[in-house]
Formats: sequence, structure tokens, C-alpha cells
Amino acid sequence: MTEPAFSLSGITKSFGGVRALVRGELELFAGEVTALVGENGAGKSTLVKIMTGVYQADSGEIRLNGQPVHIGSAAAANRLGISAIHQEPVVFDDLSVAENIFIAARPRRHGVVDWAQMYRRAAGILAELDPGIDPRMLARDLGVAQKHLIQIARALSNEARIVIMDEPTAALSHREVEELFQIVQRLKREGRAILFITHKFEEIFALADRYAVFRDGAAVGSGLVCETDRSSLISMMVGRTVDQVFPKQDVPIGAPLLQVEALSRGEEFADVSFTLNGGEILGVYGLIGAGRSEVMQAIFGLHRPDSGRIALRGEMLNIRSPGEAIAKGIAYLPEDRQSQGGILRASIGENIVLPCLSGISHRGFVNRRDEQALARRFIGELQIKTSSAGQLLEELSGGNQQKVIIAKWLATNPQVMIMDEPTKGIDIGAKTAVYRLMGELVSKGLGIIMVSSELPEIMGMADRILVMRRGRLRACFSRAEATPERIVAAAADA
Amino acid sequence: MSKALSSSYTPGPPIAWKKILLKWETLLGLAVIADFGLNTYLSPYFLNPWTLSDASFNFTEQAIVALPMALLIIAGEIDISVGSTIALCSVAMGLAAKAGFATPWLVGLGIFTGFLAGCFNGFLVTRLRVPSIVATIGTLTLFRGIAYALVGNGVLKSYQPDFAYFGQGYVIGPVSFEVTLFALLALAFAVALHKSVIGRRIFAIGANPVASRLSGIPVERYKFWIFALLGATAGLASILLTSRLGSTRPSIATGWELSIITMVILGGVSINGGQGSILGVVLAALFIGLVTFGLSLLNFPGIVLGIVTGTLLIGVVAISSALGQSGRRRRS
Repeated sequence: MTEPAFSLSGITKSFGGVRALVRGELELFAGEVTALVGENGAGKSTLVKIMTGVYQADSGEIRLNGQPVHIGSAAAANRLGISAIHQEPVVFDDLSVAENIFIAARPRRHGVVDWAQMYRRAAGILAELDPGIDPRMLARDLGVAQKHLIQIARALSNEARIVIMDEPTAALSHREVEELFQIVQRLKREGRAILFITHKFEEIFALADRYAVFRDGAAVGSGLVCETDRSSLISMMVGRTVDQVFPKQDVPIGAPLLQVEALSRGEEFADVSFTLNGGEILGVYGLIGAGRSEVMQAIFGLHRPDSGRIALRGEMLNIRSPGEAIAKGIAYLPEDRQSQGGILRASIGENIVLPCLSGISHRGFVNRRDEQALARRFIGELQIKTSSAGQLLEELSGGNQQKVIIAKWLATNPQVMIMDEPTKGIDIGAKTAVYRLMGELVSKGLGIIMVSSELPEIMGMADRILVMRRGRLRACFSRAEATPERIVAAAADA
Repeated sequence: MSKALSSSYTPGPPIAWKKILLKWETLLGLAVIADFGLNTYLSPYFLNPWTLSDASFNFTEQAIVALPMALLIIAGEIDISVGSTIALCSVAMGLAAKAGFATPWLVGLGIFTGFLAGCFNGFLVTRLRVPSIVATIGTLTLFRGIAYALVGNGVLKSYQPDFAYFGQGYVIGPVSFEVTLFALLALAFAVALHKSVIGRRIFAIGANPVASRLSGIPVERYKFWIFALLGATAGLASILLTSRLGSTRPSIATGWELSIITMVILGGVSINGGQGSILGVVLAALFIGLVTFGLSLLNFPGIVLGIVTGTLLIGVVAISSALGQSGRRRRS
């Protein structure tokens, strides 16, 4: 067996009592792609930050080509030939492409920047990646995929032997992903060791030679990709089987609840029609920028659609504001829990009653007793872990915050609950609790629209799956018809 | 599963913003008492109902405007045009008085002019999306400019004798009309902000406007009406001030916006919005009034007053942001 080019063993890292990494183990081999997988909060990003010198491990050993190394800073990582390509491109919009590539160390002569050499070398590197990019262009004028290329060029410019790619495909179109894969293949042939972090199983099987699975801050499994399969990876990631993660209940589908016809708005979406039935969880899948949230926000009255019709239980709606939508029984759980969902500095009780304040007030004055009762009821029903209803939202864990925000919408007695990425960034236990709650809600006759970018979640929970691409509905699958391949193919750009 | 969930949650160190606020108000209350005692000790003339009544005149008008200003800052906006609004209202009343209108008309006109000025600010901020600091820097100059354009360097003083009551009259004994009005308004604002649905929504808007909008609160409408209310209250303050001075000059109430905002911030209202209390603002107004009056009783020059208020303001903002940061650090 060959010696790993880069290895981490026994890495631990805590942040003020919270243990982000308890047993970080990872081996990377020259000329191979290792896929790092794990749920949000499994410790992947902490590991990457330790590898790139952003954080220092509390304990453990890092070896480069068998030699113990200390990575004290981002600059040290650079010198050791470790380069990272981040999910969100770290690119300076007002600098030229060449300056961005040589951001860490610009070519110098006599102590001043040698611009001619910099442009020449940048052009040389770019010629292999995308000859269409001029090194003198401002990074501002590049697309997302091209900005990723800039980061890759950066890795190439300093002859990085270890290349870390943190979910590089999250914002890319299908074609751009394929181009990226070709580049990864080339880096591989050049003998570089590549760490590829992804949530997408198809990418693991298409690209990676090895895998490493993290869960709750610890390495729980690693090996050759050709010797494993999807379901064993999932059970390693979540520590339980799929049935336990997605407690899908059988609920009889009722009468049509929300009917949307030919909804269009500007450049955002066009001609969107669908029906949500009572007792149904309708999944809406698509890539970032497919227009999913925009459609939901138009239904919720946040933005007015240009044309189209929305009806609730057969009654035509003309909703002009979120307030009117709430009054009609539509609730919208936004994607970003902290900036859109709740008020961090307010208490749990204050958050829960916010949309239904007039319901618990008398002549314009808030009835504190009703407020407390309502808050306590939901803390009990949703099993929100808290010391009291007066505790501030910001003091809760992500999963419990999300439960408070769900409670806030349940307090408005909705008929239709739109949930935009309802389990984004919360741990697996809390996810399962949210899924179970969704099941309970639909069993009471509610209809749920679940917008999600996570395939396992969509496939695990939805009764029907709508797929959006570039502002239009491209496909609708029943639970039986849906396969990952069909969904992804419908969502991807042709 | 349920066993794990029902396990009791252990809270972190018990810091609740309400507690800190409470402490802040206690602190202010103590400061008021201390300064009261100090003034009594230093000046033999201080502890006399009529002296105290006189003392109240130098801050009540500003304190009245500080009440809606607190609402506006809690909602996450600011208005620095209030001094100019007061001048504009005073000029409007002065011209109307010159044209022979009776006192009730002047009162209505004063408040209405302020209301219109507030609506204009609200329109700029909520409709045209001009940041409130920029919009009201503009109207600060604009309203003052209109006041000068209408009167030049002249004085308007054809007020009827009964107009003097608002700024010079007494309700009972040494209790002035101004102080009575301020007390009633403070009570009304405190109840509205801390007990009503409207107050709850104002706090929510300041703390997180996006989440508030998604919770069905008409955020822009609320902001617009707070601007309008602040303008109308500035009109009311203009009636009191003009009545007390007995004349209108376009330079009236210059720089008041800063004293008013100082009261609000010193009162514990967060300049970032979402936090504060009317009690704090009232105590801060009392404190500033007492310090200023005490210093003038002791014959300190006006410049010292400026130094004291400036130092107070910086101290408060530094303390509250240090507290805010420790609050944030706790979460990491």
C-alpha cells in the first residue's frame, strides 16, 4: 500500500465547550480523489479550516509526505502546497483576473510587482482551463463557474500538491459541472491529491476513488468508492437507516387545497401551474436560481405576480401582502432561519406570537397570559428544548430555533404551509423531528409545499415532486416514479 | 427519541436583555437622584418648587420630541430634521398670527405643519427608499432654508396674549403646563410601546425588518406613520417653544436634533434598533435637564454643558456596544 501524501490523525477541535471535531482522521493520496461526505455539522468545514491553517487543531497530528507538519496560518498552508477552492468563490471583484490568481504572492522584480510576468503566467495557466478568460478582465465580469476557475487557477499557480474543493458544484449548471470534472481529472493525472467535499452521491460515484465519512465530528468510515454503495454511505453518514431519518406517514390525500394557474413574474418565473391537495407534501426541487423561492414568495404576497391565478379551496385569492396571506391561512417558513425567519434577540414567546398578535390581544393590547399559554403549548407540542418561554431565540440550537419558527406559523392556524429548505443547517436529530412534525401536520389535513435542494429529503418526504428549472416547471413525478436520476436530469440545464 | 428531547435544557449564564435594560434604568434613576442631591448640596437656591419648575423648562420641549424619536430609533430609522421642523412650524404659526388668525388656529397649524414635514420624511424613506439619515440631513437643511426664505432675518411676534399659556402657563401651583403635558405623553407612549400590539410590532421591525415583513407586519406603513407622528410632535414642541419665547425667529431650535437624539440614546435605546424603553428616555431627559440646570446654577459657562453631554453620550454608546459584543461572543 502506498503512503498517503497527506494525513490527519486524532485531530480534535473545540470552540468554547462545543466539540466540533472529536476524532478527525483523513488520508489523501497522490493522483487520487477522496470524497469527504457528512451531514451539516459533521465537522467537514472545521477539518478543511484546520488543513488550510485557518484554525489550529487542539490536538492530533498532520503529516505531509510522511513528515509531521505544523500549519500555523493560511500563508503556511500555501507554502506547503495546500490550496482550497471554496463553495462560495473567494474572488475580489475589483481586481483583475491575474491579480486574483496571484493574490497570495505576486511575481516581483526588484521589489515591485512584475505586471508583465504576472499577466503572462496567468495567461499560461488560463489557457489550460478556459482560454476565453482574459487575465486583464475584472473578476466582476466573470460568471460563477468562471470564478471557480479562478480559484482553481490559484491552486495551479502555486503548484499545490493538495487541492481541497469544498462543494464546488453547488452553484454550477450541469455543463459547468462536467467541465469542472474534466479539470479534476487532469489535476489527478498530474499527481495531485484532491479532497472533494460534496453532498451529491452521483458526484462521489462519478469522480472519487476513495471516500471518507464524518459524523458528529468524528471519522466513521473510509475506503474505496468501488467497494461501497449509496445506502451504506448514507447509513454511515446518519448513523441510522433511511426509514428512521424520513418517518414518512401514509396519509390519505384529500381534496385540492391550493391551485396555482399560469403564475408569472418578470424574469423570475413563468407559467407555473400546480395543485396542492390536503394531506399532501408537495416537494419542489431545483438548482439555485431556478425560481422556486420566488414562486413561493409570490403566493405568500411578498411580491406580486404579473399574471396568473391562485385559488384556495376554490376561492380566488388576490393577496397583496404577507398579512393578507396569513389571514387566508397561508404560512411561509423562509429559507434563512436567522435573517428571515425569527428575531434572534426576542424571546421564544415573542417570536411565536408575532404573526398572530391581533389574535391574542384585546383592544390593541397584548394579553400576556394568552401569549404565555400559546408559547407553552407549542414548546410542549414541538418538544422545544428550552428553560422557559422567555428565553431568547439566539440562545437555542439551530434545530430548536427552527422549531420555534415552525411554531410561530402553526399559531396562525394555516391551511397551507410553505416550507423553504426546512431542515437547512440543522442536525440530523432535529431534521427527523421536523419531518415527523410535517407528517403530523398533513395527517390533520394541512397541505405542505416543501422547497428543498436535498434530494434524499425530497424523495424521502414528498408525495409528489415538482422540478423547476430556470423559472419554469419542468417535471412532476409521483413518489413511485421519482428516481434521483430523473429528478436531477429534469433540474439540470439541457 | 422522546427521552432525549425531554431532557432538561441547561441555560447559559443568565443574561437577559430585559435585565440589562432594567439595570440601565436603575442606573439612570440613581444618577438622577445623585445629581439631585449634588445640586441641593452645591446650590442653596436649588431645592425650591419654583426653581425646580424653572429647571423643567429647559428640557421638557426636547423631551416631548424624544418620545416619538425613541419609537423611530427603535424601529430602526432616525430623523435629524426635527430642529428644522420645529422652526418651520414656528414660522408657519408666526405668519398665521401676523395674518390675524386666533390661537386655536395657530395650534392646529403648528401641529399640521409638523405632521406634513414628518410625512415628507416618511415618504422619502419608505417610498423613495432614501436611507433615513440621508433623507433627513436633506430635510434638515431644506426645512430650515424654507423658514429663512419666509422670514429672512426678521422676527414674527404678533401672537395673541392667550398664546402664552402653552409655554408659560401653570396647571396647579408650580406645575407647568409643559411638564403636565410631558408626563401625560410619556405615560401614553410607554403604554403604547410596551403594552400594545403596535409597540410589539415596532420592536420587531427594528430587530429584524425582513422577518417582520414575512410575519405579516406592514413594515413600511409603520415607519411612515412613526415619521408622521414624530413630525406632529415636533409641531407640538414648536407651539410650546414659540409660546415660551413669545416670538419666532428662523434660527429657533437650532441643534435640537442632537440634544433630542442624545436623550434617546442615553435612555438606553439601541441606535441599531429593536431595543429601548420610554422609562429610560424619560429618566435620561430628567438627568440631562438636572445636570444642565445644576451647572448653570453654579455659573459654569455653556461650553462645559456641551462637554458634559458629549461625554455622557459617548460613554453610553461605548458601554452598550461593549455589552452587546459580550452578548454576541457568548453565542459563538
